Amino acid sequence: MNLSTSIATTKREASAIEPLAVSEAIIEIVSDSGEGSQTVGQIFGIVSARMGNGTWTVEIIPAEIEPPSRSPAGASGNRVRIGTDVVTNMGDTADVAVAFNEQVLYSRTDKDAFREGSHIFIENKWASSPQESIRKAYATALAEFRSYGYDLHEIPMEEECLRHVSDAKRGKNIWVLGLLCALYDRDLNLAREEIERKLARKGAEVVEKNFTLLQAGYDWGLANLTFRFIVPVRPSKEAMVVMNGNQAIGLGAMAAGFEVCSMYPITPATSASHYLASVFKEAGGFLHQAEDEIAAIGFAIGTSYAGKTALTITSGPGLALKTEFIGLAVMAEIPLVIVDVQRGGPSTGLPTRVEQSDLLAALFASPGDSPKIILAPSTIDECFHFMITARRLAEMFRTPVIVLTDANLATGVQPFPRPKVSEQWMAAPVDMSPWDKSVAPYEWDPKTGLSQRPIPGQKDGQYILTGLAHDEKSHVAYVSKINQRTHEVRSRKLATLQRSLNPPVPNGDPEGDVLVVGWGSTRGAIEEAVEKIRQEGEKVSSLHLRILSPIEPGLKDILSKFKRVITVEINFSDYPDPGDPAGDARRYSQLAFCLRSHTFIDVDCLSMVHGIPFSPAIIQTEIRRILKSLNST
Amino acid sequence: MRDKSKPLTTDPSPRFFTLEDYEGQVPRWCSGCGDLPVLTAVQRICRDEQLLPERTVVVSGIGCSSRFPHYMKTYGFHGLHGRAFPVACGIRSRRPDLNIFVATGDGDCCAIGAGHWIHAIRYNMKMVVMLFDNNIYGLTKNQTSPTTAKDANSFTHPEGSFISPLNPIAVTLSIANVSFVAQTVDWNPPHLYATLLAAHRHPGLAFVRILQRCPHFTAKVYEPCQRDPSLLLLMKHPDGIPVDDMVAKIFKNQVDHDPANLLEAQDLAVRKEIYPIGLFYRNESAERYDHFSRYGADMDQSEKVKAVEKELDHFQI
Repeated sequence: MNLSTSIATTKREASAIEPLAVSEAIIEIVSDSGEGSQTVGQIFGIVSARMGNGTWTVEIIPAEIEPPSRSPAGASGNRVRIGTDVVTNMGDTADVAVAFNEQVLYSRTDKDAFREGSHIFIENKWASSPQESIRKAYATALAEFRSYGYDLHEIPMEEECLRHVSDAKRGKNIWVLGLLCALYDRDLNLAREEIERKLARKGAEVVEKNFTLLQAGYDWGLANLTFRFIVPVRPSKEAMVVMNGNQAIGLGAMAAGFEVCSMYPITPATSASHYLASVFKEAGGFLHQAEDEIAAIGFAIGTSYAGKTALTITSGPGLALKTEFIGLAVMAEIPLVIVDVQRGGPSTGLPTRVEQSDLLAALFASPGDSPKIILAPSTIDECFHFMITARRLAEMFRTPVIVLTDANLATGVQPFPRPKVSEQWMAAPVDMSPWDKSVAPYEWDPKTGLSQRPIPGQKDGQYILTGLAHDEKSHVAYVSKINQRTHEVRSRKLATLQRSLNPPVPNGDPEGDVLVVGWGSTRGAIEEAVEKIRQEGEKVSSLHLRILSPIEPGLKDILSKFKRVITVEINFSDYPDPGDPAGDARRYSQLAFCLRSHTFIDVDCLSMVHGIPFSPAIIQTEIRRILKSLNST
Repeated sequence: MRDKSKPLTTDPSPRFFTLEDYEGQVPRWCSGCGDLPVLTAVQRICRDEQLLPERTVVVSGIGCSSRFPHYMKTYGFHGLHGRAFPVACGIRSRRPDLNIFVATGDGDCCAIGAGHWIHAIRYNMKMVVMLFDNNIYGLTKNQTSPTTAKDANSFTHPEGSFISPLNPIAVTLSIANVSFVAQTVDWNPPHLYATLLAAHRHPGLAFVRILQRCPHFTAKVYEPCQRDPSLLLLMKHPDGIPVDDMVAKIFKNQVDHDPANLLEAQDLAVRKEIYPIGLFYRNESAERYDHFSRYGADMDQSEKVKAVEKELDHFQI
């Protein structure tokens, strides 16, 4: 990412200049909500992926539908990172940004999105606004941005668009897409295809108009840009698909043979259900929008009890409401998949922003002891495939399975190899032939805790499922010994699953100075940071956990081979400094909490609740700090 | 092994079910509890209709009456307080072949589960809903319920309930897409049986409020109407609940009420000092959510794979 130095050497030319090859680029498009900058980012990302670039996109989302215009809080847009190689995270500072007004840029500067030398293209119409306050705000902002060392380019976005359309509000974004295509030498035909795909339903005239704007932005770019780049591609030999994490969850649910998705609207989970609603019917599925979060899981539980595969998709507050039913599914051993697309908490928190704060809630937030399986996909690819795994585990272990993703995965777009769909994934969960009368509905195998379940409709399988303490015949039992034993068998199922797993393999050497442990969407940033530091010759490795309950096997051995172990998590912990007011009451990050209790190893943590994903740079800084402290002791 | 993609075949050997085939564990309700006659009525309906025990599911919430499933020898789901409706709707969603009975109490349905109650009525998925209304929380021992009369004492309101009770029939009749609303009493077995049978045969959600005694905490609530049937108003109509003359003649107060007349039903529902029994309202052509939710239940796996592949084509780059 040494773009700034190379750019400085580029000279202005009268005609289109030759693009400069760079190994990767980070581009941000920010505007008021509703101006279409997300569309620009999405299309730019997909065009890049189709050209063969590694791609990762992150949405910049305001919390309101129509936030005030020209306000930092209302900033909406996209960050796109493209590279020659696979791209796994949003990266550090952006190389290029296009802003539709100066105010929305503040929302990015306060997140350290840019650095000295970042090229910022900004709509220049505000300089000549009839409102003095706007002219003033614009001038003030530009002076401030210049003081940060940004390379500012004021561009006549609206003025140029008005040459082609009467209302620049519609279509300015596509002009910007054209400009970015010129800047990064993108294939305009691919851009046209994506525009058509997005806008076809609005009619041929709209599509044509946008083609004109695309070309206009592109031509303007070629004529006026003083620098251009190309990110060389290394096309994949295998077929690739590109989608965001919520689409991958939805499509994964279809591929896993789920028949019913029962949900209640909640950000940022809902787009997975939107996607399912648009296609589920084709695969014989039904999306139920329940009257509330509790009913959503209750309906899914009913469906599953009746022998049909069901899942529910929610976010943190919804998970909280579902906890009583999750407890019932644990107690009565009802297979069920619950997807929690995590967001900022507590309470309503940061609905559109990323956090990984529901791990402990997923583990513990049901009345009583409620062991269940928890999976955490770390890529878009895994969002798809973990749905198949989740269904299989739920049925095999007769238990709820919680899949924890987050807002970063939900909206992140990344190419991955096209899955090879198997009919086996979709097999019906149970054989409906008559039940063997001599087998109890909970005939627990004492070693594994596993048992088979009868399904309504199965002759001779009649039993009364209950959330009360019960014996193997599902008869209510208040007997101390039975209650102790049934807790054991339910817990044993997790041990059984753990025994079937291989210990996770660290990325890097199996021993060294520092081990960085993560889970979920932070994987790309952690591995990139660790890789960079390893290149400096340091003994640093990382470990990414995909299964959080049961705890993956062999962790104590793996962790004990490093002098320091830290987790990197997007959730809250008190600062480790001895002088911090938290003092002895210091609370650790959620995975660190689990690892400490499980391994007795003094696992520390790097965590933040900024509502944004980790950049590799922050993680590198922390690793360096730890390495330095190791060397000084 | 059977081909799982094919629907269940019916049992080749003829089976005849007696009451015993529907009798589960010995009921542990208190003696004199109004739940007992309801259990008997349901078991008789199962037998008389020869319902396959394995195709019959009783779903309940939590409370005295929610113990109902345990006393049946069918499938049963004794779940969470207030949450019988979503579970029953989920069971119905892909299983048109099952007979579903829901047992819920006045606390379960009208307090903690009130949200689900309203929406289940609107979904109108085929099932029989029995509201066991004894005007009190029994299992947790004598707390005011939404149907407890104003000024009645309980452990939570020792000086009497503050405000007037909710009227479950009036509420249900006001919900969009309501399709069957009836009221009966636990102490008149023929009427109870006839009402539940009509509910079972209704193509949609049949809501039956059963006025019912709790011998421990509300023994006196319905005592006057038990002693004096003139405090009940028998709703009669050729399309209503069929009642034998023998049964009908004990009711001094009778009214002709066409169950197609919703406005009249709403008017009857709010009568003071008298409890109408019989069928308030029936609409067999109300929309049914289960007709939508079961879409695709018989789709075979190769078709599903095709659909997923087609979607992957959309995402392929």
